[in-house]
Parts: sequence; C-alpha cells; structure tokens
Amino acid sequence: MGVNDMISTFEVVRNEQRCIQCRVCETQCANLVHYYHPDTGLMMSDESKCVNCQRCVALCPTRALKIMKNRCRMRENANWSQDTILEIYKQADSGAVLLSSMGNPNPLPVYWDRILINASQVTNPPIDPLREPMETRVYLGRKPEQISRKEDGSLDTKLAPQLQLSLPVMFSAMSYGSISYNAHASLARAATELGIYYNTGEGGLHQDFYRYGAHTIIQVASGRFGVHKDYLEAGAAVEIKMGQGAKPGIGGHLPGTKIVGDVSRTRMIPEGTDAISPAPHHDIYSIEDLRQLVYSLKEATEYKKPIIVKVAAVHNIAAIASGIARSGADIIAIDGFRGGTGAAPTRIRDNVGIPIELALAAVDTRLREEGIRNRVSLVVGGSIRSASDVVKAIALGADACYVATAAVLALGCHLCRTCQTGKCNWGIATQRPDLVKRLNPDVGSERLVNLMNAWKHEIKELLGGMGINSIEALRGNRLMLRGVGMTEKELEILGIAHAGE
Amino acid sequence: MQVSKMKRVYVNEQWCLGCHLCEYNCAFANSGKPDMAVALKGKIIYPRIRVEQDGQITYAVNCRHCTDPICVKSCIAGAISKDADGVVRIDQEKCVGCMTCVLVCPYGAVAPNENGVMQKCELCLQNSCGEPACVKGCPNRAIVYEERG
Repeated sequence: MGVNDMISTFEVVRNEQRCIQCRVCETQCANLVHYYHPDTGLMMSDESKCVNCQRCVALCPTRALKIMKNRCRMRENANWSQDTILEIYKQADSGAVLLSSMGNPNPLPVYWDRILINASQVTNPPIDPLREPMETRVYLGRKPEQISRKEDGSLDTKLAPQLQLSLPVMFSAMSYGSISYNAHASLARAATELGIYYNTGEGGLHQDFYRYGAHTIIQVASGRFGVHKDYLEAGAAVEIKMGQGAKPGIGGHLPGTKIVGDVSRTRMIPEGTDAISPAPHHDIYSIEDLRQLVYSLKEATEYKKPIIVKVAAVHNIAAIASGIARSGADIIAIDGFRGGTGAAPTRIRDNVGIPIELALAAVDTRLREEGIRNRVSLVVGGSIRSASDVVKAIALGADACYVATAAVLALGCHLCRTCQTGKCNWGIATQRPDLVKRLNPDVGSERLVNLMNAWKHEIKELLGGMGINSIEALRGNRLMLRGVGMTEKELEILGIAHAGE
Repeated sequence: MQVSKMKRVYVNEQWCLGCHLCEYNCAFANSGKPDMAVALKGKIIYPRIRVEQDGQITYAVNCRHCTDPICVKSCIAGAISKDADGVVRIDQEKCVGCMTCVLVCPYGAVAPNENGVMQKCELCLQNSCGEPACVKGCPNRAIVYEERG
C-alpha cells in the first residue's frame, strides 16, 4: 500500500446528536467503512474505503449520515485535476490498467438535452391521452419491401418474425454473473408483466428463467458462454453481440471469483476460471462472416426468431450498419458511448466511441438513402434516461430503445460506479449471497414496472402534445425536433433544424 | 375468544437482511416520542420484535397472536387477553412481573420492558404508528402484514 492510498475521495459526516449507535450502517456496508467502538460507545468510520454508494445514508433510521466529497483537497489545478492525479498514484502503486464501471461520467455533450420537441398550437389540435386512445405498441423485425399478393389474389400476410413491444423500450443486456440472480429475476418478471423484453447478456440463461423465455432476448457473444440448443430455443430473439458502447473494440473479463455455483453452470465453464470474452468473434472478420453466423442462428431457430446484431457506436457506424442490414440481421442494436458496463478499462470507457444521438441519425439517414431501412429495425441504447429521450430517439429514426442504467437505478443502484469490485451494497452487481438477498425481486420487479408505466404515460403525453396518436407515426419524423446551441454540422448530422427555423 | 382470521406480521426469512432496523422502528413507535434520535439516543432498547441470527441466517421474531394463546392461559394476574380483533394484549397495570408468560411462550416473543413489566408486539395498532412499524420500515419487504390462511 502506498502512502497515497490514505487520500479519501469521500468523507463520512456523522451527526453525533442523531446517531443512536444502531449499527445499521455497519451491517450494511460491504466495504467495511463503519465500525462500532465499544469503549467509547461511538460509531467510527474508515472513509478511505467509502465508494459513496449511499446504502448507509438510505438506511440510517435517524438520518444521521451524509457522504460528502472530501473537503481535504489537493492544491487546485485546472489542468491536473485531483481525480487525474489520484489515477496516476493508483497506477504508480499497481502498475495496472485502471478499471471503471457504469457509463462515461465525463462532461461530454449530451445531444438529447440540446434537442427540443414540438407541440401543436391552434392550427393542429393536440390530443388528450386521457380521453383518446394512444398506441405505444411497436413491432421489431424485418418489414416487407412492398405489398405482395398470392396467386389467388389475396394479400400475402406472412411476415418475417417480429417482436411485439407494448412500449418502445427494452431492458438491455446485462449478464448473469455481472449482475445477480435477483436482479435478473426482477428484470425477467418485469419484462413479462410489461409485455417487453429483457436481455440475458452473454452469461447464458439460468434454468429458473427459461419460463420467462417469451420475453427474453438471448445473447450470443464472442465468448459463446452458455450457448446451446435449448438456450437458443428458449428466447424470443437472438442477439449477436459484436460490441458494447462502454468498451468498443475490446472483449470482456469476468473474474474467476464471480464464476461460482450457478454462474459457472449457466456459463458452462468450470468454477473459478476467468470468463474471457475475446475482443473479436474469432469467426467474424467481415460482413460475409457475420452473415454466416446470422444464418446459422436462423437455421438453428428454424427462422422463427428475429436475429439482432448489436454494435457499439463508432466512427463509421453508418457504413457498418448498412453492412449489418445486408447480412440478413432483422434488428440492429446500436450502443452509444455513454452506455454502462459492469467493468471496463477506464481509458476505453471514457474515450472510445461516439454519441448515440449522432450515430442513430447517421444510420437512419444512410439506410433510408440506400433504400434498405425496411429491412431492419433500429434499437438504440447508451444512456436513454427518460421518456423524452425515448421520444427524441424515435423521432430521430429509432424503432425502440434499450435501457439498462435506468433499469438498475430503479432496482436501487446509486451509480457509485464500483461494480467491478463485486461488493454491490444494493445486491445488483454482486454474487455474494448476503448482498444478493438485499434485492427482493418482488420489490425490484414492481419498481421496474412502475418506471416503465410512468414512461409510457409520459410518452403518450408528449405524443398527444404533438397531435400524434401512434408511436409508429413519430418514427423518423425529425420535423418534430429542433436543436438549440448546436453548430451547423451537428444539426446537419442530426438532420434537424435549429429552434426558430 | 377463538380468532384465527386476522392480519398478522410475518417474516420471509429469505429476504431478512439482519439489519435490525425493525427493532429500532419498534422501540421508536412504542416510545411515544416524536423523533427517533430523541427517543433512542443513548438508550438501551427493548423492542418487541427481535432478530434471531445464526451466521448467514437471520430472522425477525415477534408475537404470533396465537389462535389459542398459551400466555393468556398461564398469566397468574389475568393481565393477558386475546381481544375480539384477535390481538393478544398485555394490561401492564395488572402485570405482576412473574415472567410465567416469558417461560411458556414457544416463540420467545414476550419479554420485560426497562421497568420489568412484560411487553410484546401489539401490532402498533394503539401507538403513534397505527400500523406495524417493523413492516413499514423494513427495507427489503421481508416483514409483511397480511392475512394468511
């Protein structure tokens, strides 16, 4: 341990007038910050271990605790921030790559916040969603290029396989292993109740969750963990994960300490072995190779399930998406650079990839120009934070959105961004049984259902304000959007006019 | 009085975290004070619900409000009764502190308060909380208040 380990990021402020020494903070902190000192009868804290997950604050019955940014600061320097300096110390101590979790926290532009939504006034009536029917249902999958008739003249109504969503939001991929059994149970139950889908991530599907298969998207990633016939048949769709927004261009590494019991069985690898997902799929080096996997999976699932290809938003995303659309995929999922992760190298998470708003607009435009937009549905993720982000994404051209950070927040996550330690005090990103039980799926699934129902109401209100009564009628309707405070180039890529135009 | 159909406090062991918040919420609800810090600061608490713990297994225990309560039968002072609403209550004015109820209760749910007078869970129906404080304050919905068959 270096001397610099003593520099704490946070300080624990305990109001001694309120503290009743109930020791709840002590029992709830997996980082062992709080402890009771019997001689003085006082609660003490080792704040160097605090990650500011707010568990103790939330459970303290007398509101005696506050976690503050440590007021003890190094000398201010606009170039060398304290965080940057501490990272240098950490690497000088360890010689290792820095790891981080959840999405990019840096102050890079959030284009959603610079886009404003239209509303009807005077000449075109808005619609009251409480009085009029509103359609938020969407179907994901390949759509017919044209109306065709059978030999007897009747309409050919046979469609490629479709996913039906009651609202244009799904829970994106988080593997069993990176998150807990109870977190998966919450997502599975909520998706089923809501009539949407959750995604297994690349850790396989726990046998207990096969019964939620009709609302499960199963993932095939570069590690191919947990992939077998029953698994492929269990889900409603199969997702090939080529990349992830938080860490484009690299694979994954779930440490052996998390490969225990059911996680090992579900991933089909021995206990205690590291689960290393390679950066590339070793059988995919071209669109033609991707096509082979897409059609292998279609063959394996008898052409009954749509195939999703998920990629990270990177520089040439429009060309990449065009290739994916031509590979035979039914749905393209694009993950923006603010997307979350259970662990990623800090430098990659914070510096690689592009904003999802720009990627989405570029891809939708490109696919339209090439006349292949109908071949695929577009799903976007990477920090969709609210119903208005969803509405803006749909208007920019998405068919649906993926949310994961918002979902884990609903489950209790406080974005302390230390998932990689495996000591999640909220029972989400951990496999420790005493911590996993802190997330009761009865509570978790109820909160997820509440969140999505709230978003659905808000989506209807925003649609109604625009005088639109169906989410399908908003898709790609960029006239409903205006930009504020953006450059000509940004507006051009987004394909929207500036406010006032 | 045979009352079996009633709402009772149940604990789902699977979700009990052993945080002991129920004990403090109980002590506060029965303190008559408006603020928990004022009520419990520097005090030894005498909660009517107790968390039993053995390693990873934790489980909060309180009065079961038995259909045929043995404590009622055993009380030498006639201080314990099962009321029409099914709640087993102790008349603390009548209690002589003989602890017979403590001995006979199969759940260990009766215990003396700081003055040696017996007390047990009476479902917070007559204190400031008005509903079981342990249930209301349980962070993982491990303690529930419901009617079971």
